[in-house]
Amino acid sequence: MRYLPLTEADRAEMLARIGAPSVDALFADVPEAARLAGPVEGLPGHAGEMAVERHMARLAARNVSAGSVPAFLGAGAYRHHVPASVDHLIQRGEFLTAYTPYQPEIAQGTLQMLFEFQPQVARLLGCDVANASMYDGSTACWEAIAMAGRITKRNKAVLSSGLHPHYVGTVRTMARFTGDVIEQAPLAPVAEPDLAALAGQVDAQTSCVVVQYPDVLGRIGDLAALADAVHAAGALLVAVVTEPVALGAIRSPGAMGADIVVGEGQSLGVGLQFGGPYLGLFATRDKYVRQMPGRLVGETVDAAGRRGYVLTLSTREQHIRREKATSNICTNAGLCALAFSIHLTLLGEKGLRALAAENHRLACLAAGRLAQVPGVTLVNGGFFNEFTLWIDGDARAVVRDLAGKGLLAGVSLGRLYPGQPELAGGLLVAVTETACEEDIEALAAGLEEALA
Amino acid sequence: MSINPSGWRPSLAANDTVVEQTGTVTGNRALILEEPLLFELGTTQTCGVDLPEPDTAPSVRLGGLERTGAIGLPGLSEPEAVRHYTRLSRQNYAIDLGIFPLGSCTMKHNPRLNEKVARLPGFADVHPLQPEGTVQGALGVIAELGEWLLRLTNMAGVAMSPKAGAHGELCGILCIRAALEARGDAREVILVPESAHGTNPATAAFANYRVESIPCTEDGRVDLAALKARLGSDVAAVMITNPNTCGLFERDIVAIADAAHAAGAFVYCDGANFNAIVGRVRPGDLGVDAMHINLHKTFSTPHGGGGPGSGPVVLSEALAPFAPLPFVVRTAEGYRLVEEEGAADNGGTQAFGRMAAFHGQMGMFTRALAYILSHGADGLRQVADDAVLAANYVLRSLDGVLDAPFGTSGPCMHEALFSDKGFAEGVSTIDVAKALIDEGFHPMTMYFPLVVHGAMLVEPTECESKATLDQFIGALRSIAERARAGDPALAQAPVHAPRRRLDETLAARKPRLTFKDA
Repeated sequence: MRYLPLTEADRAEMLARIGAPSVDALFADVPEAARLAGPVEGLPGHAGEMAVERHMARLAARNVSAGSVPAFLGAGAYRHHVPASVDHLIQRGEFLTAYTPYQPEIAQGTLQMLFEFQPQVARLLGCDVANASMYDGSTACWEAIAMAGRITKRNKAVLSSGLHPHYVGTVRTMARFTGDVIEQAPLAPVAEPDLAALAGQVDAQTSCVVVQYPDVLGRIGDLAALADAVHAAGALLVAVVTEPVALGAIRSPGAMGADIVVGEGQSLGVGLQFGGPYLGLFATRDKYVRQMPGRLVGETVDAAGRRGYVLTLSTREQHIRREKATSNICTNAGLCALAFSIHLTLLGEKGLRALAAENHRLACLAAGRLAQVPGVTLVNGGFFNEFTLWIDGDARAVVRDLAGKGLLAGVSLGRLYPGQPELAGGLLVAVTETACEEDIEALAAGLEEALA
Repeated sequence: MSINPSGWRPSLAANDTVVEQTGTVTGNRALILEEPLLFELGTTQTCGVDLPEPDTAPSVRLGGLERTGAIGLPGLSEPEAVRHYTRLSRQNYAIDLGIFPLGSCTMKHNPRLNEKVARLPGFADVHPLQPEGTVQGALGVIAELGEWLLRLTNMAGVAMSPKAGAHGELCGILCIRAALEARGDAREVILVPESAHGTNPATAAFANYRVESIPCTEDGRVDLAALKARLGSDVAAVMITNPNTCGLFERDIVAIADAAHAAGAFVYCDGANFNAIVGRVRPGDLGVDAMHINLHKTFSTPHGGGGPGSGPVVLSEALAPFAPLPFVVRTAEGYRLVEEEGAADNGGTQAFGRMAAFHGQMGMFTRALAYILSHGADGLRQVADDAVLAANYVLRSLDGVLDAPFGTSGPCMHEALFSDKGFAEGVSTIDVAKALIDEGFHPMTMYFPLVVHGAMLVEPTECESKATLDQFIGALRSIAERARAGDPALAQAPVHAPRRRLDETLAARKPRLTFKDA
């Protein structure tokens, strides 16, 4: 077995030192009735690299990779070009095969990287301070609601109708067990998000209002007035960003008054990966830092007076606080945070703005072209790189039909809202820099044929 | 201090005010290179990616919310970026450099085949919301890995979506809560042994349970009599780690499970240490109702400097119907992904909800499946055998220099536990750990579990050669002897690492969590 260095001679010598007659004797504490006499039955034995690679490649070949066809899927996961150096650097063994930096003297690489990641995220989201990452956007969204509850000592969260339904599902699941109250109005496929109505739902029990920006339909609403209304009621504004590239083009939620901004960082560096692992972003105001969940890296000095970095404020965390912790989370998404940080470093401010501009240019082009297809109308007023089309027919069936023809047309609202037939005509179309004008033409032609 | 029952002493030695001179004008010491912060190196006008120049008069449909002010994001060209991150990487210890014997963390070799297959475009470049017909291979990976986990544990159901061990733990506890609610049985308490990981009580508290601690016996195991005495109609579950955090197999596990079940409670097993018993014993044969499996521990997906993890949960017959959405089912036409509550084809399950967006840590599933296929049923058993053999070898090789509090109560499993008993006055566990750094090793887990004073938990794993184990044992023996003799130099360690001991008290007292422009 190529991964196991001990030889039979080594094993015999080691048993002699231990004073045990056999390895079986080391498992003497296992109840006899439950001991297995040999390998678990009915499962294959070990296999060489070539055989395993062939098996995995066969499974991979049964998937249509998004890069092999025109692809317009978004809805919380976006296909962007990731520079080759990103994947090379995250595969350096010193990053890939290191543990959580509990011994800071020999983990300054991971610690400094995270200390750079935190302000990158905070600046992008428009906040004072960010943590070292969470599991993903949906779990970060729940953690923000829980944090708002701790700060305000209230337990009702009002969700915008434009919050991604999987995020809503995650939040509702957690709230069911914690006893928090979750309120949400139904989604209406209209041009602008109704933020004024959302402000009207706030009352004296409300801990926070949660608004996605751009929202699940790709719409962009000004959060400033909402923030004022929420604050006047003693509640917090939580903003959710599922496409951080958008913040190269539009104002940050923090700058418009959001108190906690969470996001899905997958867009930068991480890749699609069929839904995970992704990267939860989490940022807030300085004054709330001790209520923030997740790991934090801070600057300090070593015994020789040199600058260095350590995990800090761990008295919020489960390994110290046990049942009084701010969260049960004990891992972050370290390697995904590294990929995000490297990608954002390669872009820099200039590159992020150019990338965002290119996404928006292509999305405008696509929205204009697709709205000319008979039976298709554009729902959105404003959008960044994703918008909603309304089609005459069942968008979910159209998406399946076009997939059979080698075209990944987008995400239907029927897929996202299976219990709501009134949304069946909605189709989310995301257009990133990876789409070209021929792809947009192919989508227009495909929709035209499907709706004819 | 109430939060610090274990002897942890995070501050620096008080007399250490040495300012080390490197003797170089750069501060570099040959291959140990000082690296400035990104924010000190980059500029907002530098870019390492070629992109089209934005139109000067673009069409804009941003709802009037165009960004106006600067963001403040520094950029680097590609050569500068490659050098920055390569230099940072060299300040990390890693499994690729040597033994990483962190007890309870399981740092084993990460096979590169797994990295290769995870990057096949058919896995890496697939959108989670593509139509089912275009992702049959991806759904097949989830189903195939799930099947292996069920067979290796002899359980009835598996939830694949949890994103890490603690998330899986939460998923398991929520299944228990949902099952109890479904039978109209409100229970309030979860019993957790005092040697448990901190996540166990944190998870139970999150799920709105009151946590009560169960003591350990003298030989490092759950006190069965105390547990039985506390069980009653208010107890929802017993959370137990097996093998436990003292590195011992819970001999009474079947009796514990029987007693819990007789009282109407469920048994949650923290599967963090499943790597010690995989292929040797199946938790389903021990009476376990739910157990998460950290794929990064037992099945060697990379730890990546602290994540991403992946924590599938295997479930007993009684809990399986409550597993969360989404899940994969096999039909005559191929794999289906069930995402909807009350869907007609979900087999009558009562999913308690959804743990996260999308379907789980696919990138970890492909790696774990490649690891499992490489080992096969026989190799996985050998993994457990060699891991347990190596730990017992370390345990017995340190007889006479390190106190092993449970060393006489039988063999250990995959990790060997020592205490600071016998160290001279003024020498602590942390000094031993830091001295190991100077010898070129990553230290063991220190000050955990809390039930042992000055704990040192050594987990060598199955991936170390005998020569490496002998070298590590030799270094640890020598350091332990110095600790017993009270060598004052230990308090200075490490002196050869990129940094000396860091002031964690200062970091917490005056938090600097972000770069502030000068």
